[in-house]
Amino acid sequence: MSNLPKERRIILKNADDPSYSNQIDCYVRMGGYENLKKAISMQPEEVGEEVLKSGIRGRGGAGFPAGMKWKFLDRKSGKPIYLICNADESEPGTFKDRQIIYKDPHQLIEGMMIAAYAIGAKLSFIYIRAEFHEGARILNRAIEEAKSHGFCGNNILGTDFSCDLVVHRGAGAYICGEETGLIESLEGKRPNPRIKPPYFPAVLGLYQCPTIVNNVETLCNVRHIIEMGGDEFSKIGKPNNTGTRIWCVSGQVVKPGYYEFECGSLTLGQMIFEVCGGLLPGRSLKAVIPGGSSAKVLRADERFSGTLKDGTEFDWGLEDIPLDFDGPMAAGSMSGSGGIIVMDDTVDMVEAMANVNAFYAHESCGQCTPCREGSLWMRKITQRMCSGGAREEDADLLLSVANQIEGRTICAFGEAAAWPTQSFVTKFKDDFIQKASSSEKPENSTLQLI
Amino acid sequence: MDNQLELSELTLSKIDEVIPKYPEKRSAALMVIHLVQDELGSVNDTACEWIADRLGLQPINIKELVTFYPMLVQKPWGRKHIRVCRTLPCALRGSYATCKTFEKKFGVKEGHVREDGEYSLEFMECLADCGQGPVVIVDEKTYENIEGERAEKFAQLLTDGKLDDSEEFTSYEDSLIKLPES
Repeated sequence: MSNLPKERRIILKNADDPSYSNQIDCYVRMGGYENLKKAISMQPEEVGEEVLKSGIRGRGGAGFPAGMKWKFLDRKSGKPIYLICNADESEPGTFKDRQIIYKDPHQLIEGMMIAAYAIGAKLSFIYIRAEFHEGARILNRAIEEAKSHGFCGNNILGTDFSCDLVVHRGAGAYICGEETGLIESLEGKRPNPRIKPPYFPAVLGLYQCPTIVNNVETLCNVRHIIEMGGDEFSKIGKPNNTGTRIWCVSGQVVKPGYYEFECGSLTLGQMIFEVCGGLLPGRSLKAVIPGGSSAKVLRADERFSGTLKDGTEFDWGLEDIPLDFDGPMAAGSMSGSGGIIVMDDTVDMVEAMANVNAFYAHESCGQCTPCREGSLWMRKITQRMCSGGAREEDADLLLSVANQIEGRTICAFGEAAAWPTQSFVTKFKDDFIQKASSSEKPENSTLQLI
Repeated sequence: MDNQLELSELTLSKIDEVIPKYPEKRSAALMVIHLVQDELGSVNDTACEWIADRLGLQPINIKELVTFYPMLVQKPWGRKHIRVCRTLPCALRGSYATCKTFEKKFGVKEGHVREDGEYSLEFMECLADCGQGPVVIVDEKTYENIEGERAEKFAQLLTDGKLDDSEEFTSYEDSLIKLPES
């Protein structure tokens, strides 16, 4: 056994404590809303400065530094400023925000009110996916509680600062997790993403006003940054990879689940084989998708080598990849939303590909032709391959379709749809070619994926 | 107003309450559609016209939302609507088999409503509970690890009307309700 670090629960500190409830009394008893008081006693710019110093990177997928995002805010336009919490949690393999929303909603509300104070927002929204029926009710209840305690709404804590908070439900569309698509949806339109430039939300966001969109986990972290101070917070984890992250592990491991660790404190191998209890009996590892289904797949026997940003050279196997932002990126993939999907040797990689392609074909908003048509063709080709109609040239055909989507769309959905195909086909080419001569599944596998 | 929509006082008051929360009326479209669908089970053309009128929009502005979003429907689902997650993490834990079991047990193909209107089944994209797949949502409650024989048992309890009393299947939502501290 390697020297496995302990989980360090900051965001999920109380969530699974049996004596903890999602009601305000409980949250206040644990020191809740003290940091909102602290933040309001500071200047808004100072709060923003602490968040910048903390180095926190966005937990939604792109990993962009949140403090920097706030800096881009157009404060001179004279237009209202809006804060939006992206609680759409739609990247397959991700189920962390659900734990916060259902079990500790006040942590999110406190984080949001601090953020709203820092950026000068008088109206904030939580855009929550519609499948979280009860989650929306819990949030609304929590907001009412917070308002009656003076932590939200008019004249927060008796000061001039007022900020209302509205829970807005989506309706089952993945594209609403993309921030400009989310904004269109919140405006009551079809969620077709906007082109950047010029529509950077920090300048031209909701109602063409400056808008900050942050992920649930990111906003919760704001509360802890204020508690610790930005400098202190930045000591958690590793440089450029600060704080903890909630990793969501799904697929074929003994103990799938959500685990919060300091960034970079453990490797992908430790996560799979120690934290998650390893693979199911008698199985061997075939592949891992490290950051939600959009991230490029990693092959179990792959080697990754190169030079990190800080100049250190690395030569890793899959199990050696550090779990932070930069590790999976150096290995040619990404940590994305923190959703680790594990596949063992019973998985037919062509079927897995067909499954992923069906998702993207279903979820493309249809605005850009390469994505709308390309994702559909990738689904059709892989589905045909799994129904006895595979041809040797299909691997190259798939790759050519994917390559014609990447970089040719308004939003990053194009990449999200292309990266799985590009990586599956390149790394498991033999499996794709073999499909043409034999429709047999891996030995003893009865698992159906499409 | 020409078009008539039978909505309860409660729904109407919720609609009145939600619209002013937004700086622009149109923003309330999704929330109003949800409220209408929650009561009527679907949003047909008459409902689109009524909502559009209420928000000062054209009916197409509402209909284009109803036809876009997967969870909005123009025809109602069954009295019990069962959703099974199809996406990769759940599929890796056997959701395709779960869906087939349900098709058999409930007597309805996925994507359809049973003739008597009792059950409908939907094989849906990611429900964001991937660590405990296959994930199943019955109306508004989420059930985890519904695979193999458990799926058979789950379907049986549901058809017998005994799911709510079952200790083996507690929904994610119900598991949050804790006993008061002693």
